[in-house]
Amino acid sequence: MSAPPQDRTRPAATTRTGHSAPRRSRRPVDSVPVWLKAVGVVVAALFVLPTLVVVPMSFTAGGTFRFPPAELSTQWYESFFTDPRWTAAVGNTVQVALTVMVLATVLGTAAAVGLSRMRSRWAGLLRATLMLPLVSPGIVIAVAVYVSYLQWRLVGTFGGYVLVHTAMAIPFVLVSVGASLGGFDNRLLLAAQSLGATPWRAFRTVQLRLIAPGVVSGAVFAFVTSLDEVVVALFLRAPQFETLPVRMFNSVTVEIDPTVAAASSMLVVLVTALILFPQVFRLLRRRRSNGKAMS
Amino acid sequence: MSAMTTTTRTSPPGAAPRRPRGGRGRGAGALVVPALALMGAAVLLPLFLSFLRSVTEPSPGLSNYAALLTDGVTLTIFSRTVLVAAAVTLATLVIGYPYAYLMTRVGGTARLLMVAAVLVPFWTSMTARNFAWLILEQREGPIDRALQTIGIDGAVLLGSAWGVGLAMTQVMLPFMVLPLYSAMSGIDRKLLLAAQGLGSRPLTAFRRVFLPLSRGGMISGGILVFALSSGFYVTPAILGSPQQSMVAQLLAQRTNQLLDFAAAGALGTVVLVFTLLLVSLAGRFGGSATALGGAVQAKGGR
Repeated sequence: MSAPPQDRTRPAATTRTGHSAPRRSRRPVDSVPVWLKAVGVVVAALFVLPTLVVVPMSFTAGGTFRFPPAELSTQWYESFFTDPRWTAAVGNTVQVALTVMVLATVLGTAAAVGLSRMRSRWAGLLRATLMLPLVSPGIVIAVAVYVSYLQWRLVGTFGGYVLVHTAMAIPFVLVSVGASLGGFDNRLLLAAQSLGATPWRAFRTVQLRLIAPGVVSGAVFAFVTSLDEVVVALFLRAPQFETLPVRMFNSVTVEIDPTVAAASSMLVVLVTALILFPQVFRLLRRRRSNGKAMS
Repeated sequence: MSAMTTTTRTSPPGAAPRRPRGGRGRGAGALVVPALALMGAAVLLPLFLSFLRSVTEPSPGLSNYAALLTDGVTLTIFSRTVLVAAAVTLATLVIGYPYAYLMTRVGGTARLLMVAAVLVPFWTSMTARNFAWLILEQREGPIDRALQTIGIDGAVLLGSAWGVGLAMTQVMLPFMVLPLYSAMSGIDRKLLLAAQGLGSRPLTAFRRVFLPLSRGGMISGGILVFALSSGFYVTPAILGSPQQSMVAQLLAQRTNQLLDFAAAGALGTVVLVFTLLLVSLAGRFGGSATALGGAVQAKGGR
């Protein structure tokens, strides 16, 4: 959103120096130093490159994490898609994450809407309470939840994973929906109701449509939170029920199973594609509109 | 908000007695109840029970907390954790600051690429990223070989606090860059030009004008990274060693292997209170919105 004004000021600054030519130097007023650009490139490489090492690793023919691999093969991809421990872990993870996504989105959206309509001073406290899992260390939650869920017989069950992951996902929905509610005018609801809509219909046809982007991104956050959660999952795991992050964690720390490299590579490529696609799309669209403006 | 209040107040009480109240007061509270109930059962009750256990078992009192100070292990591990977390915070600040600054200065295309470079590791599985560091840091791995070629032998990072710190710096960088960027993008660059127009050199103008204005982002990013780093479990568990363990591993060990739930409860309570204090401090200094915004986009890599 801040892009257009900046794009406008920078060429303007250049032309100004161009006009009043021999003032001090030919450099534009407020230029970005070259060394800073170099630092930017190095840091960007630090962000992206280290993780990419899993891709060549995944094509090793050996049974260790020896790098670089001496010989190449695709056997670990085969193992990922055929080994029942890995396929079961993927199945469990997707099931849990989808259930968590639905539950957390519904409960979190309802809570965010409720909080936005509340005027009492309790609203702040309620909000802080619901945000707690976001700001507390995963390991503290994991340890406390583990002991209680042992007594409640929820360790190693689908229900246990769903329960704790939903609680951990609600804050993300709350923040994401809360952000889009910030621009919502509650008088629209009054207007709809004064025209005869029931409160539910007013919510569904007016408010929900306007906050839909926040709800969708909240749902994505909730899904990914559950998909990637490893600390609590490590404590809740049982031999008959474990999730993909737990399987990966154990393959790295205990079993030295290079299948984890294949799993990691696919995750990395998937995430990179998902993030780069909208960015590239936006870039292409901008190029096209710029091209039109020129011609 | 105030407009809404007046609307409700000025409408004659007899005209539509149920709707305004039903739509606001009671109805609003009812919407929060389901989420609160689930949160209570899933996380809050276990946390409370864990605290309760820590002050009642084996005997009522604070003996578990006193043991934390006297057992000789906890304090050592605690200070090591704080030291590593502080180093990671400083490193992310030094590396992240110029990057975030550059993000506010480049054109649209370059900014999209820079944002993508932050977001990709952000969304990539924590386990995968730490696994990548294990490959890089292991004996005979790329880093070890690179060090050997410049004549440093046997400096294996895997299993050392240095190795954990290096990987944590990379893993935590996005949590620093995003709050910094959101603080910096709100700074009016004309202030810098004005300072230069009044005769200050670019570097001085930056130091005296821009740096103080970005302090909010530095503080909230710094506290966020410090709080997350001190409770971090995945990186030390994969890259560290038992001799160099951090608080999170100690907590896991007391629960999983020693089954000493009361002592674990005491340690967990201390870590939780410590973290919550830091986070509320971040809120006071830099606006919790930026810190939490960063955390949310980071989808909580703890």
